[in-house]
Amino acid sequence: MAHIFAYIVHEAGKADDTALELYTAAKKIDASAPVIAIITGQGEELNTVASELACVYDEVWKYADGQLSHPNAETIRPLLVSSIPADSVVLMAHNTFGMDLAPGLSIKLDEPFLPDVTEIKNLEGHILKVIRQELGGQVGTHVEADISGGLVITTRAGSFAPTDTNTTGKIIDKSQKIETQISKRRFIKMIAPEVGDVDITKENVLVSIGRGIEDEDNIEIAQELADAMGAVVSCSRPIVDAKWLGNSRQVGTSGKTVKPKVYLACGISGSFQHMGGIKGSPFIVAINKNPNAPIFQMADVGIKADILDFLPKLTEAITETNKSSR
Amino acid sequence: MREKIMEILVCIKRVPDTAENEIELNSTGNDLNREDLVYSINDWDNYAVEEAIQIVDRVGGNVTVVTLGDEESKEVLRRELAMGANNALFLSDDAFGRLDGRGVATVLEKVVKKGNYDLILTGVQADDGASQIGGMLAAMLDYPYASVVNSIAIKEDKVLEISRETEGGNLEISQINMPCVLSIQTGINEPRYVGIRGIRKVASVEIPTLTTDDLGLDTLALKPRTTRLDYFVPELGESAEMLQGSTEEIITTLIGMLKAKGGLK
Amino acid sequence: MIETALISPAKAWFLFLPAWFFSLLIPVVGMTVFTYLIIRRLAPLMRAAPDHRFDRIPERIFQVLKIWLAQWRHPRYLFAGVLHIVMFAGFLCLLIRSTQMVILGFAEGFVFPGFHGVIGDVYNILRQIMAMAVLIVAVVAMIRRGIFKPARYAVPERYGKDHTAEAVFVLSLISILMLSEGLFDGSLAAAAAQQGMQAAPLVPGSLSWIFRYLFGNASPKTLQAIHLLAYYTHDLTFFSFLCFLPLGKHFHVVTSLFNVFFMRLQKGNIKPVRYGVSDEKLDDLNSVGVKKLEDFTWKHMLDFYTCADCGRCADNCPANAVGRPLSPRFLTIKARDLMFKNYPVYPLNAPIKPGEALIGGIYTEDEIWSCTTCGACEQECPLGIEYIDKIVDLRRGMIDDGNVPQSLQKPLKALEKRGNPWGKMEKKRGDWSKEKEFAAKYTVKSMEDGDTADTLYFVDSITSYDDRMQSIAQAATKVLVASGIDFMILGKNEKDSGHEVRRFGEEMLFQDLRDHNTEMIKESGAKHIVTTDPHAYNALCKDYNKLPPVEHISQLIVRRIQDGHLRLSPIKTEGKVYTYHDPCYLGRHNDIYEEPRMALDAIKGLKRVEMTRSRDRSFCCGGGGLMLFYEPQEDKRMGVVRVEMAAEAGANVIVTACPFCLINIEDAIKVAGMENKMEVVDLTELIARHIVE
Repeated sequence: MAHIFAYIVHEAGKADDTALELYTAAKKIDASAPVIAIITGQGEELNTVASELACVYDEVWKYADGQLSHPNAETIRPLLVSSIPADSVVLMAHNTFGMDLAPGLSIKLDEPFLPDVTEIKNLEGHILKVIRQELGGQVGTHVEADISGGLVITTRAGSFAPTDTNTTGKIIDKSQKIETQISKRRFIKMIAPEVGDVDITKENVLVSIGRGIEDEDNIEIAQELADAMGAVVSCSRPIVDAKWLGNSRQVGTSGKTVKPKVYLACGISGSFQHMGGIKGSPFIVAINKNPNAPIFQMADVGIKADILDFLPKLTEAITETNKSSR
Repeated sequence: MREKIMEILVCIKRVPDTAENEIELNSTGNDLNREDLVYSINDWDNYAVEEAIQIVDRVGGNVTVVTLGDEESKEVLRRELAMGANNALFLSDDAFGRLDGRGVATVLEKVVKKGNYDLILTGVQADDGASQIGGMLAAMLDYPYASVVNSIAIKEDKVLEISRETEGGNLEISQINMPCVLSIQTGINEPRYVGIRGIRKVASVEIPTLTTDDLGLDTLALKPRTTRLDYFVPELGESAEMLQGSTEEIITTLIGMLKAKGGLK
Repeated sequence: MIETALISPAKAWFLFLPAWFFSLLIPVVGMTVFTYLIIRRLAPLMRAAPDHRFDRIPERIFQVLKIWLAQWRHPRYLFAGVLHIVMFAGFLCLLIRSTQMVILGFAEGFVFPGFHGVIGDVYNILRQIMAMAVLIVAVVAMIRRGIFKPARYAVPERYGKDHTAEAVFVLSLISILMLSEGLFDGSLAAAAAQQGMQAAPLVPGSLSWIFRYLFGNASPKTLQAIHLLAYYTHDLTFFSFLCFLPLGKHFHVVTSLFNVFFMRLQKGNIKPVRYGVSDEKLDDLNSVGVKKLEDFTWKHMLDFYTCADCGRCADNCPANAVGRPLSPRFLTIKARDLMFKNYPVYPLNAPIKPGEALIGGIYTEDEIWSCTTCGACEQECPLGIEYIDKIVDLRRGMIDDGNVPQSLQKPLKALEKRGNPWGKMEKKRGDWSKEKEFAAKYTVKSMEDGDTADTLYFVDSITSYDDRMQSIAQAATKVLVASGIDFMILGKNEKDSGHEVRRFGEEMLFQDLRDHNTEMIKESGAKHIVTTDPHAYNALCKDYNKLPPVEHISQLIVRRIQDGHLRLSPIKTEGKVYTYHDPCYLGRHNDIYEEPRMALDAIKGLKRVEMTRSRDRSFCCGGGGLMLFYEPQEDKRMGVVRVEMAAEAGANVIVTACPFCLINIEDAIKVAGMENKMEVVDLTELIARHIVE
């Protein structure tokens, strides 16, 4: 087996959580092949990340250049194409950066592409078998590819356990002079989402609402419960799309990442984009009138009920409990 | 700022509606049970077509929609024509039977080269969730690419200013040279309604069909590099402890659990 | 030659010209200007869309007699209604006197043929009474409009300036007419008395009588001056008033007769997309619906002219009551003002302005989508002005332009693909009948299984698919079985009735649904249809053709109770006070008010109260069908307002006969936090609970 590479995204000197998952995935493809992390960027932050990754990966190739201060797939792709040896396997996370970089990379490297993989089954000879989902997660598929000529593969965050490997990898500076060419795509700036009245990422208890709330007027019901619990209301994407709450309240991969102790998922179906915003294994209570909702697979405790009926009753009971414990 | 008129190509796909469809395997287990499925245009692609139409409404030009599929796929071409697209292309050939994503991109590359497009749009993803066609097509054409685009503005004659939706709700603002390929995220605009009357009006419009010959394609180039082997309905893994009893009982149990986990103040 | 106590205008002189010259000049100029104004006002109607209003003439004449002549709808607002009835009666009566006055200006002593003898004497008494009555009413109305300012006349800022000045102005003109006529008469009577001549009898307390005694001792010269001055004041005021009519809300004085003659004769139906264009030919039209002013039909334009700005429609409009951006009154006033603006009467022969888009111009999208088509406005309007067809036409225009809110696009698409707005699978439409516990006791025949029966239960979408509403279908089954009715359902062969689809402007989709359902009903062999859904009921009766007879379940229940097939037990739960909420599409649009009440009263011991707003004044619950999906801008929910009305009436249970009313009111109870104080139950469910086997 040739080399396995993992492109790692990082920010403010910290590697993305997926870095540890990608290592696990790499080992599942071929346990014997060395795994090399690739990072791009500049300055001390890059070095910090390199050191961090060197504790896990066999090698870390770092590319430092002013042009790489913000990750731009169009600039990074040719860099990788010119430095990665032929027939390599290249892993990265299936996130917005992966979507930018990976498909084109597979063409330029002339390698097959397996996107958004959730499980790696086995490698038989040169045929790798993986599992992907289709139709919004409603159906699974087994997909295979001949990886004798290499592979570009992106994995779904949270699908692979973070590795706990501890090693001392080599850090190799692969920096090249990048022509100050005017790239065909140029980064201008980042705009952070508007700071709302609350920061849900700092809350310990969240009452989160989804489509099951049915109407903007019903959000009151969730707010009352949150007040009784000393919690804060958050939501899934459809609520923000309908403009019932601002996106500062949205939990999910395109929203905020939250790390509460307790998470009440009310009328939320449990799509992986939403659940992907919940880190740290909180105690998840799911309340939904559809017993087949995927959320029940991910929650600790489930209640089959209509939240419009259930939440007011819960609020009342908690208020009573609060009163009597004073 | 002189704005040049735009020729836009939008790649669209006819996919099963997932919302209320029940996805089951068919009796032989080698495919989905497609009997009761309804199909329509991939939601992301619809946003892309609306965006293209809005751009062309502002600066002039043409919107061409193209799809690759079976005879029934023409339905989505007609719907987008009814919506306001100017031209439609239908790609059909026996050789297109078992294409993988790379194969589709290979075919589309030929389509792009036959025209003179400033901008090529796809949706962020379709029913298979791969998010790959746009990126592959761009690389084949050596055009710059940006995915998950939620805003497009024409900055200069051949430059667009775009916004990408990234993790945490952040917006990444970039400039990109045309010709380029963009994949479009839902919510970029509010697609207009297409009524039955509009669809009937385009029912008899001729849609040119392109085959491998028309595109000058070598079928060898279409050989798939990845193969989907089957479909299966995911096993339900370890699931939540479902609380039983009357509502009062459930609430009492729940409050106890919340207290224990620090959920109540 | 009849000797008169004073020189009549016909014989007087003014500025070296015989006064009859002016007496002729004023009417001629007045009539010319009036005619010019009418011709200009007719111009937009000439360019409007066609409307078929010349059918069923005897019924139309009856409407004129009832609504126009007898002012049937006016007393619904009692005080204003009585004021207007007196004013109107006065006008009709005094029309003869006014015409006589005009002619007296150049033909001395003119009296209409037939008015010489007793009839003339009686008329003279009558007219004096009416003139005084009109003056009193005019003054009272001025005080009411100018000082008390009833709320429904208020003009919200966004609609422009207040209309009180116009109202008071016209009332002043009317007052001047009465006073000047009284002076003309009174001065002549005073002079006759001074000269010892015989005069026509005066009614004590009338204006003629008052002035006769007020100026009883004035000099003959003064009396002469008053007499002529009063005459020409009357003449000028009369023709000024006449020419003022087409310029504002008093145009209704001229147009009301015609508007009522042409008013709609049927309720609950929707006009064709374009009169004269068959369904098949609709595809050939370049544009459908109303997008600019001239797309309205001539009758709709006549409606805009005829509005008297009384505000009764808006006062009863539920959308207006909850703060949605819709007010029927201003829908009409804005259109009328646009007609005045685009077809100006001044300067002479000014060019007609081009018709701009209405949506985004005088109307906003939300304004038009806000209407629940409840029909309260049309029920109330004393002038026969219509609204629902206009709203539907405007929506047709928006649909044609692709201008549809995202919240509605999803259910419309689902209706197209799956025949129901939730996009649920067709094969599950009959699943309510297969629910385990229910199916153990009841077998429901279905067309999908090849069954047939004489009666078809048309379930429609919400009752078929919604978890809560399915219990209505199950209750209906119990009722039908207990009544001994052999029935079937269409099951997956049934598609949405399309009632709201049509009223939301998607005519073509509606036609597809209608054609499909009609075919299925025919194939089913059913001879009689029953439904628990008033929207389906209305659709089958008014929008569909050539169907077997259709009944609402309340009618069937009453029938079967009366012929002894269905027996009900006395009330099972004690201590509840029930009130019946009239659904718009059962009550107002179909006049079915009594049967549901009779059904409830058949349960002995059931305590029932009426809400203030009941029967044809019932308050819409918030709307059905596609309206469930629309996200309106409003201050409050209509359902909440209705629940509060029920509480006010002293009830703690609301009974509805419509699944949409049920869902809206159930939600409203939760939103209003009144779960402990109010319940809601469907009529069929309640009846089913009380069936004696």
